[in-house]
Amino acid sequence: MNFLAFGVAGWICLVGFYGAIVSENLIHLALCLTVIQSSTYVLLLSIGYRTGGGAPIFKGVKLGTTSVDPVVQALALTDVVISVTVIALILALALDAHNDAGTVDPDELAEFHG
Amino acid sequence: MSWLLPLPVAIPLLAAAVVVATDHVAPRRLEDAVALVAAAAATAVSILIMLDTQRGAVLHWFGGWHPRGNLALGIGFVADPLGAGMAVLSTGLVTLALAYSWTYMREASRLFDTLMLVFCAATAGFSLTGDLFNMFVWFELMGVAAYALAGFKVEELGPVQGAVNFAITNTAGAYLILMGIGLLYARTGALNFAQLGQFLAARPVDRLVIVALTLVFVGFLVKAAIVPFHWWLADAHAVAPAPVCVLFSGAMVELGLFAVARIYWTVFSGTLHAHDGDVRSLLVWIGVVTALVGALMCFLQRHLKRLLAYSTIAHAGVMLVGIGLLGAKGLAGTANLVLSHGLVKGGLFLVAGLVLLRLKAIDELRLHGAGRGLPWEGALWLAGAVGLTGFPYVGVFLGHSLVDDEAGGRSFDWVPPLLMLAEAVAAGAVLRAGARVFLGWGPKRDELLTPEPEESPPEQRASVPLLIAVAAVTVGLGLLMSVVPGLEARTEHGAERFVDRPAYAARVLHDVVPPAPPRPPFTLRRATLQSWLYGIGATLIAFATAAVGLWYRRLPELFLGLVARGLGPPVRALRAAHSGIVGDYLLWLTIGTAVVGGVWAISLR
Repeated sequence: MNFLAFGVAGWICLVGFYGAIVSENLIHLALCLTVIQSSTYVLLLSIGYRTGGGAPIFKGVKLGTTSVDPVVQALALTDVVISVTVIALILALALDAHNDAGTVDPDELAEFHG
Repeated sequence: MSWLLPLPVAIPLLAAAVVVATDHVAPRRLEDAVALVAAAAATAVSILIMLDTQRGAVLHWFGGWHPRGNLALGIGFVADPLGAGMAVLSTGLVTLALAYSWTYMREASRLFDTLMLVFCAATAGFSLTGDLFNMFVWFELMGVAAYALAGFKVEELGPVQGAVNFAITNTAGAYLILMGIGLLYARTGALNFAQLGQFLAARPVDRLVIVALTLVFVGFLVKAAIVPFHWWLADAHAVAPAPVCVLFSGAMVELGLFAVARIYWTVFSGTLHAHDGDVRSLLVWIGVVTALVGALMCFLQRHLKRLLAYSTIAHAGVMLVGIGLLGAKGLAGTANLVLSHGLVKGGLFLVAGLVLLRLKAIDELRLHGAGRGLPWEGALWLAGAVGLTGFPYVGVFLGHSLVDDEAGGRSFDWVPPLLMLAEAVAAGAVLRAGARVFLGWGPKRDELLTPEPEESPPEQRASVPLLIAVAAVTVGLGLLMSVVPGLEARTEHGAERFVDRPAYAARVLHDVVPPAPPRPPFTLRRATLQSWLYGIGATLIAFATAAVGLWYRRLPELFLGLVARGLGPPVRALRAAHSGIVGDYLLWLTIGTAVVGGVWAISLR
C-alpha cells in the first residue's frame, strides 16, 4: 500500500518536472509547479495514513483509538498556504511579462544570458 | 535569557504589519524610520543573543512545549554561536540596506519596506530554529519576500525574467526539501533536529535516509547557488535594486549553506559517521567546480552587478568546500568567510548602485573612464576588490586560511591551489572592471565580454554623501574582519560546538548544560607560511588577471591563438548553458539531483 503511494507521488513529481522543463508558457509553468506540489501532498498524506484510523479529532474518543497522523496534515496545510503565495506571485509576474513584452514564453523573455 | 530568542523575528514582523496597516495614512518618512529602527533593534537583540551563546546554547520552546524524554513535540529555537552570528549578519545587512534605501528608493512603493522587514524576520528565524519543518517555513517566507524584491522594478523586462527564474527554480527546490522532510518524518516520526539525529544515529544508514539526504541537500544547494543549481542567481542579482542585492549575496546564499551544515551535523552526522569520507569528497568536488565555474563566468561579464553575482557563486563554492570538509576548522573558515565576504560584497553592490545613480549606466565598457570624477566610489570599489583577493590580513583572508588548513589536514592538498586560483580570477575581474570604469584603463571595446541589457537609473534626488557613507561602512567592516582580535578563536570554538551532535542533542532534549568553557583570549591568529603564500599568490594572480583582461590584445598573436583554440570551445559551451531560460535550469536541477542521489546511493551503502 505504502509503496504504491510513494510510487504515485514520485510519478506525479516527475510528470510535473517534465511539464515545467518543456513549458513554453509561464502560466502553464506555474500549473506544472502545482503538479509537483501535489506530489508532496500524496507523499505526506500517505506517510500519515493508518489503516482503520479515523480523523485526528480526539474529543469524545476513547484513549488508544487509532487515528491518522495529524502532523503531516499540518505540514500539508502549511505547504498549501505557502505555495498559493508563490504561485500567485509567479502568475502576477507572468502578467507583468505580458504587459512589458507581450509574451509569456520563457524563451522569449530571456534577456540576460551568458 | 531565553525570552530574547523570538524577538529578532517578532520585531520586524510586527513592524512590517504596522507599515502595511498605516499605508496611505502615515507619512513616508515615518514608515521608513519604523522599518529602520525595527531592523536595527533586531540586529541589537541578535548581538545580545550571540554574546549570551558564548557560555552555552540558549533555548526557547514556543508555548512552553518542553521535550519529554526523547520526544520534542513543540517547536524550539536553539541559538548557538554560529547560528546567532548568522542572524546578526543577516539582520545587520538588512539594517545597512534600509539605511541605503532611505534616499535611494524614496519613490519606490512602501511595500519595499514591508518586504525587507519580512525578509529580515525570516532570515533570523531560519538561523535560530531547531526544527526541520520550521526551517522550511522560514526558507519559504524568505523566498517569497526575495522573489518580490528581485522583481521590484516590474516595468522592465529584465527584473521580470530574473524574478521568474529565481522563483521557479527555488520553489522546485523547496518541494524537493519538503519531500525529503516527509521521508525523514516517515522514518523517524520526528521533526526536531536533535530528536531526528538521536533516532538516526542509533541505526545504520538505509536507502530511504539516503534519498531524504539527497532531496534536502539539493533543495538547500539551489538556494546556495551551487553548480549545477546556480543559474538563477546571476539573473536575479543582475536586476534587483542595489540594496536588495546586498541581502541576496551577503545573506541569502549563505543561509542555504548554513542549512546544509546545520542539517548535516545535527541530523545525519551520527548515522553517516562511517561514510563521512564519501559525503566529504562529493561536497568538496562540487564546491571546487562551483568556485572555478563562478570565477570563469565572472571574468566574462561586463554588466557590473552580474559580474559581482558570479563572484558570489565563486565564493559560495569556497564556502561549500569549508563545510564539506566536515571539520570544525573548515566550518570556522566558512563562518569567517561568510562574515567578511558578505560585508565586502554587499559594499561593492552598494557602490554599483551609486555608479548607476550617478553615471546612468551599469555596463563596464559603456562606462569606460566615466568614473574618473568619482574618487570615493572608485576607492571603495578597488578596496573591496582587494578585500576579495585574500591578501594577508585583509578581508576574506582569515576564512580562506582556515579552509586551506583544514583541506591540508585532511589530505585534500590539491584543493587550496584551485581555490586560490578561483578567488584570484574572480577578484581580478572586479579589479579589471574598476580599473576600466574609474581609471579609464584598457580599450573601450572587448568582444570577449557578454553584452547585457542596461538598467534604468534610480531616482535622482538621492543623497550621495549618505549613500557613500553606508557603502564605506559596509566595505570597511568587511576589510577589517580578518584583524578582529579573538574572532578566530571564537568562531573555531563555536564551530567545535556546532559539530558536536551528542552535546547538541543532550542540551536540546535533556537540558544538559555543559560546563562553561574558558574565555578565549583576544589575540590575532598567526597565519601559517602556506596561508601567507596563498594570500600573496592570490593577490598577484588577481592583479595579473586584471591586467590580462585589460590588455590581452598586446600579447603575442601566436599565444592568443593557442589560448583561443584551447579554451574557446569549453567557454562557448559554458556560456550557452547559461541560457536564461528557466526550463533549462529545471532540467539541470533534475540531472543534478539524480547524479548526487546516484553517487550517494552507491557510495553510502
